[in-house]
This record gives sequence, C-alpha cells and structure tokens, in this order.
Amino acid sequence: MNYLPNIIFAIALFLGIGYFAKNVKKLIRNIKLGQPKDVNDNKSQRWKNMAMIALGQSKMVKRPVSGFFHIIVYVGFVIINIEVLEIIIDGLFGTHRIGLKVLPESLYGFLIGSFEVLAALVFIAVVIFWIRRNIIKIKRFMSSEMKGWPKNDGNFILYFEMVLMTLFLVMNATDSSFQDLGSGNIISQYIAPMFSSLSESTLHLIERGAWWLHILGILVFLNYLYFSKHLHILLAFPNTYYGKLTPKGQFENNDTVTKEVMLMMDPDADPFAAPAEGETEEAPAKFGASDVQDLSWVNLMNAYTCTECGRCTSQCPANLTGKKLSPRKIMMDTRDRLEEVGKNIDKNKGVFVDDGKQLLNDYITKEELWACTTCNACVEACPVSIDPLNIIMQMRSYLVMEESAAPMELNNMMTNIENNGAPWPYNQMDRLNWKDE
Amino acid sequence: MSEQLIVPTMAEFMAEGKEPDILFWVGSAGSYDDRAKKITKAFVKILNKAQVNFAVLGSEESSTGDVAKRAGNEFLFQMQAVTNIEILNAYNIKRIVTCDPHSFNCLKNEYPGLGGNYEVIHHTQFINQLIDSGKLKTGNTNFNGKRITFHDPCYLGRANKVYDSPRNVLSNLNANLVEMKRSRSTALCCGAGGAQMFKEPEQGDLDINILRTQDALETKPDIIATACPYCNTMMTDGVKGKEKENEVAVMDIAELIASAQGL
Repeated sequence: MNYLPNIIFAIALFLGIGYFAKNVKKLIRNIKLGQPKDVNDNKSQRWKNMAMIALGQSKMVKRPVSGFFHIIVYVGFVIINIEVLEIIIDGLFGTHRIGLKVLPESLYGFLIGSFEVLAALVFIAVVIFWIRRNIIKIKRFMSSEMKGWPKNDGNFILYFEMVLMTLFLVMNATDSSFQDLGSGNIISQYIAPMFSSLSESTLHLIERGAWWLHILGILVFLNYLYFSKHLHILLAFPNTYYGKLTPKGQFENNDTVTKEVMLMMDPDADPFAAPAEGETEEAPAKFGASDVQDLSWVNLMNAYTCTECGRCTSQCPANLTGKKLSPRKIMMDTRDRLEEVGKNIDKNKGVFVDDGKQLLNDYITKEELWACTTCNACVEACPVSIDPLNIIMQMRSYLVMEESAAPMELNNMMTNIENNGAPWPYNQMDRLNWKDE
Repeated sequence: MSEQLIVPTMAEFMAEGKEPDILFWVGSAGSYDDRAKKITKAFVKILNKAQVNFAVLGSEESSTGDVAKRAGNEFLFQMQAVTNIEILNAYNIKRIVTCDPHSFNCLKNEYPGLGGNYEVIHHTQFINQLIDSGKLKTGNTNFNGKRITFHDPCYLGRANKVYDSPRNVLSNLNANLVEMKRSRSTALCCGAGGAQMFKEPEQGDLDINILRTQDALETKPDIIATACPYCNTMMTDGVKGKEKENEVAVMDIAELIASAQGL
C-alpha cells in the first residue's frame, strides 16, 4: 500500500496545528504583559453573558441585517467544521468518507446535506458582506483607520471563506460514489452536471484536489487568525466571559490612590514614619496608563478580540461630529502596539528593551483622548463586550496625574473643586443661596 | 419671590435631634448654575407639595468629584468623595435623591468602594414613586396634546439602565410622547459628559449638542424633556443655535411636573 498521502497529511496537520499552538502561546504571553485584574467574581453571571453574547449572538442582532448574515456565517462555520473531523480521520487513515461506514446512510446524508445547505448560505452571506464593504461602501468600513492592511484583512477573510465553501461543494459534486448515494447532495447535485463531461479519472483528480485544498485551506486559515482581526472567533468567548459586570457608569476606584487619600485623612498617621519592620518600600506606582504594559490584561485581550466592525465608532458622538477619536482605533492601536512590544521581546531574548515609543502619542494622541464624553455608547455597541472607554480613562489618568497635561480649562475646573468644592469659582458658603433667589 | 420654598438643612435637623427621610443632593450645577437652579427649585416645589420629609446639606455639600474623575484626576475625586462620605456618614444618611445623573452615578456606584453606602435615587425615579404612591396627583394638565421628546442622559440611561422612570413620569402629562431615532440605549450624548462641559470641544465639523438637537427637532417637538442639568444646558444652546427657541422649549422633567401641578 502507498502510505505517502497519509504521511503528507499527518505532517501538514502537525505543522498547521503546531504553528497555531505556538502563536496561541505568544498571544497568551502578550496578554499577560498587562497588569493583573481580578475578574473571577460572579461566575454564574459570567457564564450567562458568554452564552448570551458570544454563543447566542445577542448583541449582533441589534443591527438586524448584519446580525442575520453574521449568524448564518457563524452557525455555518461551527456546524460545517464537524465535517473536518471526518476529513482528518480519512486523511490520517486513508479511508474515504468514514462517516458512511460508522453512521446509518440516512443520518450521514442528513448531516452532509445540512452542511451543504449551510455552505451555500455562508457563501451567499459572505458575498453580501463583500458587497457591503466594497460596493455599498458602508460608512463604518471606510474610516481612516480602515485603510491598508485592515481593509485587505477584512476582504481576505471573505475570500478565504468563499474559496473554502466552494471547495467543499466541489469536493462533494465530483465524488461520484457520493452523488450515486442520492442523499445529502442537496446542493452539490446541481454542481455535478458542470463536471459531467469529464472522465472518471479526471473527476477523481478534481475531487482529490478539492479535498486536499479544502483541508490545507482550513489549516492555513487557522494560522491566519493570529495575524488577523478574525481572532474574534476564538476570543469572543473569553472576552464576553471576562466583560464588565458592574454598571457601565461605574469607573474603578484606584486602590493606590485610596491608600494615599486615607493616609492623608487619618489624623493619627505620621507622614514621615519609616516603613514598619519587614515592610519593604514599594516602588512608586505609575498612575494611569501610557503604554500597553500599564493596561490590564483584560484591556489587552479586548484589543486582540476586536474584529474592527466599527459599531463603536459609528455610535461615538465625538466621531460622528468629525473629531479624531474613534473607539475602534483605540483598540486597533492598543493591539498594534502590543504586537510591537511582543516582537521586541522575541527579538531581545525574552526581555523588553525600551524602544523609545509608547501607546500614548506614538499611537493614540491626546486630542483623541480629550474628545471622549465618556458616554459609553461604544461599550454598549460592542457585540463582544470590549470596553474602549476603560483604556481612554486610564490614559487620561496618566496625562493628568503623571504629566499634569490636562487642557487648561480642565485645570481651572479642578483648581476650583480643590479650592471651593465646585467646578466653578463660587464660594462654598453660597451653595444654598438659590433657596432665596 | 412670592412662593416660599421650604428647604431645611441637615444641620437644622441635627439641632432638633431629628432625621429626614431622604437627603436631596443638590449638586454643583443645581446650586450655582442659573438654569439648573430653576430645576432645583422646581424639584423642591414638588417635594414641598408632596410633603416629603427631606433636607439638604447646604454649605456642607461639596462637589462629588465626579467630573474630576472623568477628567482623569482620581486623586481629587477620592479626596472629594472621602470628605463628602465623612459628612454623609456623620449625619447617618441612608437615602439620597439628586437631579443630576452624574452625581447619581457617582454616589451610587463609586462611593460604596470608599465607605459610602446609600440608597441613591434619581429625581425622575423619585417623582415616579411619588406619583405611584398617590402622594402626587396628576390629572388634566397644561401639556395636553403637546409633543414631548425625552433625551436620555448617558449617566442615567446607558450607565445605569434607568430608561423607564422618566418616561413613566412624562406619561402622566397626557402629552404626546415622541421618541427620537436614537433613544434609550442608543441615545446620543448631549456632548457635556466626561468633563466636556468645562472645556472647548476638539476640532471637528459639528458640535455634539447641535447633532443631538437635530435628532430632537426631527420629532417636531413642542418640548424637549431633559433629566440632567448639563443636558439641559447643551440642548438649550442647541435649540438656540438652530434658532428654534421661540418654538421649542427645553425643560427638565421636574419643571414639567411642577408646572403641571400649577407650582
């Protein structure tokens, strides 16, 4: 017997999965560059959120048109991938359609039939997505941050899916023994006549070609994920699980600041006291964030999860009125900088060597940060529980608390609060004057 | 002014050895801003009419620190919060009502972590409760048939999911409530949040309050109802910018109810 195809298949599978695993490890390492954040509370609510938002696509359908087609692609992707199991077994053991041998013919026909229907629907949905991006040119896909790679990336994913679905259907259409079964070929029976003039051997060659290209395509696509916005198909699940549970308006209180404030307010505290025995002097904490390592690991996972759909930006009041701020760009910048930091670490044997760059200014400008109204429209709009506002706020904190770099009017406002307990220069003693006016 | 507002302070209650049922947190805008003061007074008229046993802190109140926090000054925020919490706890405050969604959000969500635990209610929720419990009677009003559109404040709506109370209150006016295209969870910000109230906007091609006013004017309203002093300012400016101030009024829900009550 000739084992060459089996060996080639095993090697391809090993390489494909191995390289992917290597990149997943890198992904996890990069996410862990973020600050620790305890998000292990309220597990039942977290599972529920994941089930509703990621598995159930509850936020996708807030926009019914794209939501509907996305669900087709999503369901298609998940279900058609059951077929990959058969392909892998066939590939490794040299069998042909092992499913037919272990499953009743009617069940097998039903399964493949539903895959075929889904494949056709996915193909149509993906074509519609392509038209939305390239012909209708929907506004949120045309923003300035969507030029170059992000635009190409979006289209590459669609081409990948078109090709994979086509190969799957062609593979079935040219499999004459499968066609002879007469069950399960719901779609491919209409493709089969296109190949009817070909000889048995040519047909077999095309079937084998489609089979091989299909599985190799899947392996290539798997490895494309890491380099693409398409990572959301995996990260949407942990990201919705670890999403914010507190009210959207609740911004975290900084614990380091609390310690300092409490010390200041404590009349018994001695500000010049030496640290107690055994207590080590802590490194002075940096307030807020100016680079990706200052952000929490959840912020960084958010950045890798972002699929650049732009629903956030299309709801952002600052962006809608022509300001530079785009919540999507905040997420893309965070991811791009994190990738840069990760590559720096790879290059320098596991340690980050200062490259004179940071997220602030080199990627995200002050002008963008100060344009935010903290209205939470972006957070509400995100279909996978990304929180761009949290990053914006940490960076604002850095600007104000580390660099005293707030716009002048805001400095005046804060001075007023410090001096007289109101953002305007009025005397606190006059707070109740309105009563008699 | 002819009508006498009854506004007792916590210090007065304390001196008499009594406690009010609820503290009215006036907030900085409600205390000093000329437009917002009218909202404060309208709400006090409602409290007086419904014979609510309330008090204010008066000169013992200070900025919640909310706007400092949104501007990025966590230190100033926490200083303000801890100082306010000391006073609130010293007076044994349990319940707080406020007309400002920013104070509402800050007191409700950000004070507990610093030792301030209170039941915090927005004035639209409180008025809704007064109506439901029969303490405030509604009937035929001077708003019969008027077109009213409600602008959701971000820090009441999206931030805390309070969408229904303001609408329930408005439904008592027998007016014609019309929703904007962007409402409830997708409502557009008025442009004042995140400390924008206190600075010039960044370079752009439109001011946010103008865009939001366009949303409101599309509903052809007689009245734009607000539930936040900052939104009120932004929408009032927006309506003036569109030169519609003679046709469209911008009023807080407290003012609408007070007016409907003939107060």
